[in-house]
Amino acid sequence: MKPFTLVRPTSLAEAARLSAASDAEIKAGGVDLVDRMKEGIDSPKTVVSIVEIAGYDRIEPGPPARLGALATLARIADDAGLRKAYPALADAAAGAATPQIRHMATLGGNLCQRPRCWYYRLEEFECRKKGGDDCFARDGENRFHAVFDTDLTCCCVHPSATGTALLAYGASLDVVGPKGKRTLPIDRFFHRPVKDPTRENTLTAGEIVAGVAIPAPAAGSRSAYRKLKEKESFDWPLVETCVAFTLSGGTVRGARVVFGSVAPTPYRSMAAERALEGGTPSDALAKKAAEAAIAEAKPLSQNAYKVTLAKVELERALRQAWA
Amino acid sequence: MARRREKLPPDRSKALVAMTVNGERVEAPFEPHKTMLEVLREDLALTGTKHGCELGECGTCAVLLDGKPVLSCLVLGLECEGRSVETVEGMAGPEGLHPLQKAFADLGAAQCGYCTPGFLLTAKALLEENPRPTLPEIRQALAGNLCRCTGYVKIFEAVELAAAWLRGEAAEPRKESLYGYDFDESGLLPSHPGPVGAVLAAAREAAVDEGGDKPRPYRAKAR
Repeated sequence: MKPFTLVRPTSLAEAARLSAASDAEIKAGGVDLVDRMKEGIDSPKTVVSIVEIAGYDRIEPGPPARLGALATLARIADDAGLRKAYPALADAAAGAATPQIRHMATLGGNLCQRPRCWYYRLEEFECRKKGGDDCFARDGENRFHAVFDTDLTCCCVHPSATGTALLAYGASLDVVGPKGKRTLPIDRFFHRPVKDPTRENTLTAGEIVAGVAIPAPAAGSRSAYRKLKEKESFDWPLVETCVAFTLSGGTVRGARVVFGSVAPTPYRSMAAERALEGGTPSDALAKKAAEAAIAEAKPLSQNAYKVTLAKVELERALRQAWA
Repeated sequence: MARRREKLPPDRSKALVAMTVNGERVEAPFEPHKTMLEVLREDLALTGTKHGCELGECGTCAVLLDGKPVLSCLVLGLECEGRSVETVEGMAGPEGLHPLQKAFADLGAAQCGYCTPGFLLTAKALLEENPRPTLPEIRQALAGNLCRCTGYVKIFEAVELAAAWLRGEAAEPRKESLYGYDFDESGLLPSHPGPVGAVLAAAREAAVDEGGDKPRPYRAKAR
């Protein structure tokens, strides 16, 4: 890790101003940033630490819920009120990384972390995400890479578990930047690498996620989050699946179906949502939605198996949610 | 003649950071970009905390920060200002080893020992929060700590044993482990051959049978 200057502002507005410089990086829990600095893929001159700024670690479970961006994953996983109203978010936080990391990792950091593509993480590969000309995963070792949206400029998968759940719940983000505050619906937070693969979200220079608001679930709402991984103890997901909908008069309404770890963004399957709308919970409906979802998949050379996993996991998530 | 300390020029490359380490208030001078792992090992000479993957994947550098297990390889030293850090060196008290340390030693829950400090501290945090953890709870709490030697079974058993001791129960090491060895009263392996020894002895006998009257080095038969 190259030496850097750590600055510790006392307000997010000041942090936003300081981090707008091109050689500065925001640090919250540090789990991802310190990793990247050690791996030599980021060497900021200035690290702007926001983790000690007071007032941004609150958890108000509501509903509607308001979470500070500095709330740790461990606290989100353990909050009884959140678990009751938003079980998929609690499960996503509880399943991320390891117990030690969950004590350090923050909600904002989990949303803004960089991908875990091994070509991106290796200093030696000047991939498109680092400004190079090639996506080495496209024709290389790609068994953990994207199976949806693979015709874009980068085929990494987005690593945020809480992002998957928050997209299903239709959350919105409070953003603080050098020019003030704004509210950003999470549907517009994640950046599809259609042209620019060097970023994963739509925040502009100096902008910081300050908090997350999650709307109150409607009466009869159901949700579920599932994470499939190779290793039981801790692992990055092969496929994450999150569903949220309401059961109204025995039929599914307003379903949101989101896959994680299958695309460069948390991937919302509108096709599955359309297949579910107005349906009556049954194994047949789950199968129909899952088949609709994977019809859009375009796997790479080594990861067609992930399409099958996504199909099976969506059926399981739906059965779990309406059980 | 040695110069008096206050006459030395201040080392401007270092920050002086006040924190509590193993209950002792210290002002540690270190380069401001160091991780807590580096500060502990290089500036405070507390080498019980181990360097592992350095990337948050193995758990061997776990320490307790304000009582919670965190990975010291990813925590910046500067951000420990005013906070309390506990390392494996702080576990033993005036009465001797911490019950977790004693249980790990008694049950052979450490082999090469490199992962042990991280396991001990993470387990300590678990038992302080949950004095009667179930086996799944122990497995979950220790999920972020990798051990490449033990196969984990003895580690989980040692945490269960230490938990019982900490609850004031007169628990003893199990006389029989998962692997079917009979333990004598000392809790140590008996001197007579266990299953592995029996297998080897049988193999030697078989080799003698095949090769006539002279024993010869055993070679596994191709199947």
